[in-house]
Amino acid sequence: MSRLLTWKEMPIGGMIVKPGNSSEYKTGGWRTYRPVHNEDKCIHCLRCWILCPDSAILVKDGKMVGIDYDHCKGCGICARECPPKCHAIEMKLESEVQEHGPS
Amino acid sequence: MAVSLKKMSKNPELLAAGHRSCGGCAAPAILRQTLHVAGPNTVIGFATGCMEVATTIYPYTAWKVPYVHCAFENSASTISGVEAAYRALKRRGRIPEDKKMNFIAFGGDGGTYDIGFQALSGALERGHNMLYICYDNNAYMNTGIQRSSVTPRGAATNTSPAGSVIRGKQQARKDLTACMVAHNIPYVAQASVSNHMDFMKKVGKALDIDGPAFINIMQPCYRGWRHKPEDSIEVARVGVETRYWPLFEVENGRWKVNYKPKEVVPVEEWFKLQGRFKHLLAEDKEGVIQWHQEQIEHAWSQLLKREAESKEEGQKEAE
Repeated sequence: MSRLLTWKEMPIGGMIVKPGNSSEYKTGGWRTYRPVHNEDKCIHCLRCWILCPDSAILVKDGKMVGIDYDHCKGCGICARECPPKCHAIEMKLESEVQEHGPS
Repeated sequence: MAVSLKKMSKNPELLAAGHRSCGGCAAPAILRQTLHVAGPNTVIGFATGCMEVATTIYPYTAWKVPYVHCAFENSASTISGVEAAYRALKRRGRIPEDKKMNFIAFGGDGGTYDIGFQALSGALERGHNMLYICYDNNAYMNTGIQRSSVTPRGAATNTSPAGSVIRGKQQARKDLTACMVAHNIPYVAQASVSNHMDFMKKVGKALDIDGPAFINIMQPCYRGWRHKPEDSIEVARVGVETRYWPLFEVENGRWKVNYKPKEVVPVEEWFKLQGRFKHLLAEDKEGVIQWHQEQIEHAWSQLLKREAESKEEGQKEAE
């Protein structure tokens, strides 16, 4: 939310009228470690997608295509639950992969 | 009902990102999985608790389905009221007869085992067509890790700390799933966040059944259980392997064990993963670990016995 609403604009009863507007709030800044996806190793089992608490695994046509770094909190569940034989997601220190701080 | 992740991934995501649960909390994954099975025609009622607070911080909401927040104790009665209103509107012809809606109430273990118990019991007795899901993280985690009636014996919490006199919680835990089975409702199940396919199948089954259903799902809380955030799923998995939290379902009085570990893991291995049992591993004068192991063996043999009896009954009926 860019600015606070005035009393005339505020919905009656403090209702939230836009479903799913929490995505406007970026939780990506919480991250210390960043999951990095290696497409060559990925077998698209979608374990990371179903277990991600933050809906941050991007899937297109049944294939894992990347990670939503605006909302990923860097918990590491995806990397931990990625099948050990493919190990397609790796956790890297945010300061090592990003020069100008988190996105 | 068959569950396919590939097919499911094409459905829209009904729980938006940007909610403020701790990074590494597995509970939002439970909500997502439930919504992927239930679809958009769902009404959610949520008792006060971690997930209610994290998903609906004003002026944001993570929900893309109708959602009612209620007090700590009454998510079951709220959703039973919604269901009753829906039936009344159908009777008056305001809603088409063939439309199907899912009514799901959520609660944490505090809001289910302790505070919401009588509302839940009443709703199940009245026989509303609803599903209650309890995400059980073994204590009042939202308010800062206070003991609840499901905290295991010996576990340290902020209101049952491990000191030189008292070594963690003194009492045994309540078996809520058994209480729910005793209500003689059509479907009761126990699930774990580590076995997501099993959980989603159970949600599908519970929603298909006409009448009340209850699912109790274990969800490790890394702040309260004192383990690494990325291990949230793994800790649940080991809990299932030790048979501390067996996965089973009771459908119309018939018991079925959904997962039997191939190799039995001693409960000590599960305790080793969690800081809340650290004091027991250092010194266990009262023999709490041994006590836990005996309880598990006893509960497991009871469970297998019930399953065998149910099988026999089923065979007799088929003849």
